Amino acid sequence: MSPLLHRIDPFWRHFLFYFSYLPSRIECSVNILFLSITDFESKKKSKRFKSDQMATEESASVMDDYEMLISTTDVELLKRAWRNEKAAPEILQFESSLVQRIKEQIELAEQNEEIFEANNIEPLTVSLYQMDLDRTQFLLRSYLRVRLQKIEKYLFYVLKTDEYLNRLSKQEQMFARRCTDDLGSHLDETVLAKLPDNYRSILKQSITSEEDDMVPAPRLDTFVICKAKQYLSGLDFEPEYSMEITEMERDLLTFVCYKFVKKPLENGKIDLV
Amino acid sequence: MAGQSDSTMSLFSSEEIEFMAEDEMTEIVPNLRMDSLNFICGDYGPFLPQLAAQVPLWLALALKKRGKCTIRLPPWMSVENLTRVLEAERDSHAFQPLPFHYVEISRLLFDHAREDIPDMYMVRSLIEDIRDVRFHKVETNLEKFTASTVTWKNMSAMEVNVIRAFAGRALQAFYKHDNEQQTPDTDRAMDKQPQIPTDRPKRNLKPR
Repeated sequence: MSPLLHRIDPFWRHFLFYFSYLPSRIECSVNILFLSITDFESKKKSKRFKSDQMATEESASVMDDYEMLISTTDVELLKRAWRNEKAAPEILQFESSLVQRIKEQIELAEQNEEIFEANNIEPLTVSLYQMDLDRTQFLLRSYLRVRLQKIEKYLFYVLKTDEYLNRLSKQEQMFARRCTDDLGSHLDETVLAKLPDNYRSILKQSITSEEDDMVPAPRLDTFVICKAKQYLSGLDFEPEYSMEITEMERDLLTFVCYKFVKKPLENGKIDLV
Repeated sequence: MAGQSDSTMSLFSSEEIEFMAEDEMTEIVPNLRMDSLNFICGDYGPFLPQLAAQVPLWLALALKKRGKCTIRLPPWMSVENLTRVLEAERDSHAFQPLPFHYVEISRLLFDHAREDIPDMYMVRSLIEDIRDVRFHKVETNLEKFTASTVTWKNMSAMEVNVIRAFAGRALQAFYKHDNEQQTPDTDRAMDKQPQIPTDRPKRNLKPR
């Protein structure tokens, strides 16, 4: 990406910027054009055509996402994810595509900075860009760190629950596994190996326990403060809590049990504050 | 106040809340010419001398610190408005509408943009009074809540953060005992509307 891009209208800059990550997509659509002109009927290629068609559909949905994103910046979305993650008692779904986009924007900003220095751009401007970069980096780091802290806290629980494990990114899963191994062997060496046979499990109090009763689980009955982005009716909540919560007004701060609002939170209808 | 004494208990540190407040939009009047800034968090500018522009507070403060702009006081921070808010705040139990980050925004402006605030001392003492009245309301509200959900209109970020830890744990305890024992606490039931009856049989406490 060249600094020239900054001279382009913001919309197109965003657009180009977004698609520059998807060279394969662009290639696909070019392929389709090519195919439709040349060997549209060729059987040999029809199979490939099909897969390309799927790719365009996919990129259409990417465009839909883009329409939605144009109203809010990625930083705004990351801030929301960070706040939710900090406030929620359990670990939430990792925002992989958002983090990916933010990382790329940070990289781009870092490259621009070098170019600024080389081109003798006004120091004031450079320092403002630096501040913007710092703020974004802080958000990203804090987001990742909050997640790591949660993983460490509920280490064994996360690993034995598929639902939670699937919410982690690849790196986080790796971190969780390595952390468990290290913690496990440390506890074995220092304490467990010296205990009687019945009490050597990390997960259980003794071998007579039927369940893993030494694994701390996130407390879903923690109270959180949330704000609905729109009016929520009873249908937006889990039916099993219909007694406790029936509706939620827009923009009204509500102190509520986390598990009641888990569903609208996952659907992006409320924000934790 | 309960949550205030122990900063590690609050979810967000005051610095983090300030960080969020710095993203609020502010109007500035720049005194320099500068091309548009295409930040990761959005595009701002171009800036022309004496032409008002909307920027996030952090950018406004950065320019202000370098003497490159004056900050326009947000309309809610005018003496007239604050006087009105303070009166209304004293008269009613409800919280008056103020920006979610009013404490932080006013604090940042007092610290870094003194000369842009006409009647600085007046504004400052008004905001402090409003803050005190509201915090007092928050405290009295804490004595009253019981239900499994509690709502507040117009409460600000700092106020929420101060009571978060304490109120959260209290509500959690209420909820836990309500569900385990199914015996409504008589002390609490008195000053509240009757609780929703449940189908499950009620178990009375053993006499002491």
